[in-house]
Amino acid sequence: MVTCWVQFFGEHYNTVIVVGGTSFLGATAGLIGTFLLLRKQSLLGDALSHATLPGIGIAFGISAWLGGNAKSLPPLLIGATITGLLGVLLVLAIRKTTRLKDDAAMGIVLSVFFGLGIAILKMVQKIPGQSSAGLDSFIYGDAASMLGSDFLLITATLAITMVACLLILKELTLLCFDDSFASTQGWPVTFLDVLLMALVTAVTVVGLQAVGLILIIAFLIIPATAARFWTNRLRPMLWLSAMIGGVSGGLGSAISAYFPNLPAGAIIVIAAAVVFLVSMIFGPARGVLPRTFRHQQLRKKVGRQHLLRSVYEILETSQVHTAPRNLPIALDRLREHRVWSKGELPRLIRQARGEDHIERQPSGELRLSESGFGEASRITRNHRLWELYLIKHADIAPSHVDRDADMVEHILGAELVNQLEAELATEEPAIESPHIIETETPSHPPMAVKS
Amino acid sequence: MLLWLRAGEQGAKSPRYRASENINDTPPYSQTSETLTPRGLVARKLKALSQVPHPKLVPMSPDSAIILVGILCAAACALPGCFLLLRRMSMMGDAISHAVLPGLALAFMISHSRASWAMFLGAVIAGVLTALFTQWITKFGKVDRGAAMGIVFTTLFAIGLIMIKQSADHVDLDASCVLYGAIEYTPLDQVILWENDEVALQLPRAALVTGSALFFNLVIIACFYKEFKLAAFDPALAKTLGFRPQLMHYLLMTMVAVTTVASFEAVGSIIVIAMLIVPPASAYLLTQKLPFLIGLSLIFASASAVFGHLGAKYISALGLPETSSSGMMATVAGLLFVPAWLFGPEGLLRNDLR
Repeated sequence: MVTCWVQFFGEHYNTVIVVGGTSFLGATAGLIGTFLLLRKQSLLGDALSHATLPGIGIAFGISAWLGGNAKSLPPLLIGATITGLLGVLLVLAIRKTTRLKDDAAMGIVLSVFFGLGIAILKMVQKIPGQSSAGLDSFIYGDAASMLGSDFLLITATLAITMVACLLILKELTLLCFDDSFASTQGWPVTFLDVLLMALVTAVTVVGLQAVGLILIIAFLIIPATAARFWTNRLRPMLWLSAMIGGVSGGLGSAISAYFPNLPAGAIIVIAAAVVFLVSMIFGPARGVLPRTFRHQQLRKKVGRQHLLRSVYEILETSQVHTAPRNLPIALDRLREHRVWSKGELPRLIRQARGEDHIERQPSGELRLSESGFGEASRITRNHRLWELYLIKHADIAPSHVDRDADMVEHILGAELVNQLEAELATEEPAIESPHIIETETPSHPPMAVKS
Repeated sequence: MLLWLRAGEQGAKSPRYRASENINDTPPYSQTSETLTPRGLVARKLKALSQVPHPKLVPMSPDSAIILVGILCAAACALPGCFLLLRRMSMMGDAISHAVLPGLALAFMISHSRASWAMFLGAVIAGVLTALFTQWITKFGKVDRGAAMGIVFTTLFAIGLIMIKQSADHVDLDASCVLYGAIEYTPLDQVILWENDEVALQLPRAALVTGSALFFNLVIIACFYKEFKLAAFDPALAKTLGFRPQLMHYLLMTMVAVTTVASFEAVGSIIVIAMLIVPPASAYLLTQKLPFLIGLSLIFASASAVFGHLGAKYISALGLPETSSSGMMATVAGLLFVPAWLFGPEGLLRNDLR
């Protein structure tokens, strides 16, 4: 078994290195990208990666001038780090000291540094005796050219970045969620910002060679954005984002190793984009389908509660002296009781009949079912409880509470209702309305707006 | 700067001559000679040109041609750039200029030619789609707009790269030529606009392209100035007044896409991205009025183009080799931003003095 693995490793040494390197890169970028996304600075990676180009050119020029191998990785990466950090600091400075917004600050740094980088690359390409043919790989990426030594450098940098990121997790969380609170608590917000940028720079610079300066942006943005659709909590989001980055990185470079003419960087980005698309549609926390579904459910619930309460209030007003009994009522009474939007009432009635809350009498009148009557009295009671609470504790005039209560009552949970009962010291099963219920078409604004 | 050329011999009716047809049979993209610099190539071809026995043909000097194209392109970009800046969407130019790659590749695969109209159409469609997809992801996914933009343009760029690599054997389309273009080659491709027996009006083709982009941008902004202004400063008010800011948004995006594509087909994307953002940003620091913003950014843009080219040409005085004009134009735009930042009405140093 072991020999089998050794043999596999020996045969596919290069592929293993490339796949391992890119998955690790993806995982780290996913981790850091989460903080960038939460800080709403995703495109900073864009500005940063473009800002590395002059550094690469200058480093190439200097080491060529000194007579070394101008294409060895460490000096190039150091040069890239220096100008990259410089670019990021300029973005922060422009944002802090001018009226210009984020996007303009990033755009200025990005375009000027990129232009400068191209100008410098053009110059150093004329230095005799050095072939600069490989420098293009920093723009488009060339994962397959990763050497064993490069791999070590990359993994070491990434490991340091990841550990650093996990060590200052608490501080970064604070920075992302409430930076003004952080600064009032005495945290060095600017320093933390710079620290985060330094981590981003490390990942970007290391990733340049593998996926290129344009596609490394995708590594920083896409996994984090995709993970955001699955969860509302930071820790799971971090792990998920790292996982998405790692898997798409590994998968992409593996595919590109076994099929000709498929550049690794591009395949990785497309793999990540597919994950993003799936997450955006199906992600349970913020995905489009689950959100639409929840929205529909809420609308149904609100509609049902409006209908049942209206019926109950009509029953109450028609039987002033006794406790309301379940009697059939005419559709027109219902129509006049409340402002319904066009076609809403028939739809709600159909829905309520489907849920066995309302049944239609042979005479055409409507009548609550057993369960519907109980539900209606419970909903009305919650409404009244909330109204009473608003009158007693929020000092809102009795004539105004109805609309406020109408907005809130749908989300009153059982626990909250118990609290309200305790607060108002009432245990009666039915509560009188604290204000006059208007049934006939009101002359002043309608008593309840559809919420 | 247009050249009115006198015919040497009167009455000698000569066939219509297009400089581009004879001297430019190898397109600038597929430069065969590695050792020849762009400028050297230009010089050689111009020399060849002057030996053609044709009395009318005295070409425009390459430097003035490059500067002319640079100014037209910079001005064409700075116009929509002002409104992008006000709508806080400056990065859109960068996004679009990367995202047009699949459009270019697809158009090339279908039409099997580098004919401008097909590529132009493909790129503009891809550019508008970028804006559309970004809008959708922001709206339906409730994602931050920057992140949405980043996702869309990197993905489109990746698709474009794969398409180009896949058809690399039979497609002569290089990603780097799409991204960098080459303003240095523009003097090679001249078009005779109008001629009679006596005179010929001759322009670089790129000047024609960027000039028309500038013209269209001017016309659109002149027509919809009020609407653009309102949509830029108060989209909500614009909507309540019935001005449809969404429509204005897509008109602006189309303008950006058309300008981007037209210019970088002619001169490369670096100038485009830089001129969309930097001159308006410099002007923004100097004024609070929209007409001044537009005027100042046009001035900044033209100055960057002129000094950028001169800088690229005369940098050899510092002992450095000559370099790319487009890169230097972007650099100069950045250099011009610095004094606006430091010494502007609310500049860094002014604040310290107060």
